[in-house]
Amino acid sequence: MAAGIRRRVLAHVLANNGGYLSQACSSAELLAALYASVLKLAPTDGPLHPPAIEAVPGPDAPRVSGGVFHGEPGPDLDRLIVSPAHYALVVYAALIEAGRLDEAALDQFNKDGSTVEMIGAEHSPGFETTTGSLAQALSTAGGIALGRRLKKETGRTFVFMSDGEFQEGQTWEAIQALAFYRLDTVRVVVDVNRAQCDGPMDSVMTIEPLATKLKAFGASVDSVDGHDIAALTSSLERPTGKPHFVLAYTDPARGVPLLNDRRPVLHYLRFTGPEERAEYQKFYDDVLIGATS
Amino acid sequence: MSAKTDVEIVSRPHVENFIRWSADKPEVVVLSADLTNSCEVGKWRDTYPERFFSMGMAEQNMLGFAAGLAREGFEPWLHTFAVFLYRRPLDQLQMSIAYPNLKVRLVGFLPGITTPGGVTHQAIDDVAVMRTIPNMTILETGDATEVESVLDVAHAIDGPVYIRMLRGEVPRLFPEPMRFNTARVLSVAGSSIEDPADLVVLTSGIETEEALRAIPALQDAGARVTHLHVSTLKPFTDPTVLTALRSARSGVITMENHLITGGLGSAVAEVMAENGIAAPLHRIGLPDTYAHGASQAYLLREYDLDAMSLVRTAEQALGRTFGIDAADLAPVRVAATHSSAKVEAL
Repeated sequence: MAAGIRRRVLAHVLANNGGYLSQACSSAELLAALYASVLKLAPTDGPLHPPAIEAVPGPDAPRVSGGVFHGEPGPDLDRLIVSPAHYALVVYAALIEAGRLDEAALDQFNKDGSTVEMIGAEHSPGFETTTGSLAQALSTAGGIALGRRLKKETGRTFVFMSDGEFQEGQTWEAIQALAFYRLDTVRVVVDVNRAQCDGPMDSVMTIEPLATKLKAFGASVDSVDGHDIAALTSSLERPTGKPHFVLAYTDPARGVPLLNDRRPVLHYLRFTGPEERAEYQKFYDDVLIGATS
Repeated sequence: MSAKTDVEIVSRPHVENFIRWSADKPEVVVLSADLTNSCEVGKWRDTYPERFFSMGMAEQNMLGFAAGLAREGFEPWLHTFAVFLYRRPLDQLQMSIAYPNLKVRLVGFLPGITTPGGVTHQAIDDVAVMRTIPNMTILETGDATEVESVLDVAHAIDGPVYIRMLRGEVPRLFPEPMRFNTARVLSVAGSSIEDPADLVVLTSGIETEEALRAIPALQDAGARVTHLHVSTLKPFTDPTVLTALRSARSGVITMENHLITGGLGSAVAEVMAENGIAAPLHRIGLPDTYAHGASQAYLLREYDLDAMSLVRTAEQALGRTFGIDAADLAPVRVAATHSSAKVEAL
């Protein structure tokens, strides 16, 4: 599944002359572990086709949730809240690989009138909340988990976060509240790719030692190789009695080593010209397609 | 007509009323940010500990938790000072709560200059900010009856609601409960273009009490004044308001415990412009200034928000003087600074 996520995202980036490729490289195994192994979700009726935008939520327009791609919610089932909404393309690719989203959906990516938005919102496939303004999902997930506890539900609430969000104060407010209310059904997996918009995180604003900080805030923490699906799965499943954070240390060029030439700034790939694009096309044809055919 | 002096003062009307009201509504939960007694929900917490959640001084996260609870079918009633609901966590308010149109109730205490806490505690621009937020409903309480009945009005709205709430010693001015998007008609002088009022006065919140001190004196002096009390500030589509505005011959006066930009005065200006109502509009409120820490009575005088300010503005609007002085007005109601109704100084 992870290879399929990378392949689909690179194909899309080639077709559109740009995109969030490094995020796919860093988080492919992480999303594969979630969708293929960890999340207990109801099935969908096959791969679903994403609806067009009808209206944004309002008095006469009920909310449309991209959570339908996770199947019917149930008290003993898991939920997944995606926090870094600019990972949308990677989430869509993962949903396609999981058989929950029609692969033609990517043709609607970033197209006018489509819910398959570039920065996912709550109507976008795989999204339940609107989190393009980063670091708000963890608080909302905490409220969801608290509400589920009040309703005696046993399912877990997973949150997928990016490491840059630990620069925001709200993240730490949320962690102290999760710990205060012992919301151990909240399980957070963080793509620690150490890259953000301006460049390497350590040059922008360092967040380390992240595990030490999280433990001091009352969470349980595992630091794992974010490309090791077995390690990710085992850590995500481990009951700890505390809000649990899995720090998935990842390589934002993993699987597409050409990206290393673009360091230190990896946030968004836009080809410098036909030559660079041709290099990526050749890599796609020779390595990604060649490897799977 | 002589000035009224027998206004009933209700001590902390929210405390018991909110407890009674919540008894048969298990979906109602309360979130607080370290201002529980200051927002009169300490006894609520002790009555319903299983649905009270202390969130600490962390409002951005509190709004997110409220959004999550609302998504799970609960109705969170956030109790804190108004400034901490929209200034510090405005992005969270917009993205986590307002965009998805969630049933979160933001109960904002200390509106405007009702606190001696100074600029950091005085919500003087909250209506202006909230009016620009899609899906948001804005309600403002002006007396004890509205503090009690605003709960039902807010509860019935399928979306986020912001309430300018009063606490402590609150006058009871109105016998009838608040109604959504329906102004109270407190005086009528003239009901049509053929039979116009000299002045149409629209007031909200604590300014209504000030207007009620001045309007009898104006009427005794011969001014024909229509007076409306507005408690729904968004939406602002009440036909009663439009009818009254159309009947204004010499001017319209708005009075609000808020900046004159963005609040009631601006909402009235928009309605007048959109409907081609050509009377001059006089807005009483804070004129592009912050306030500072002092008593409510002092600040009402200092910033020309009191009853005498309405008299002077009416004289200006009508181009005559009435010879009204402070002795002709209903007396100022002064709550004791350290009365038992005030749990804390702030």
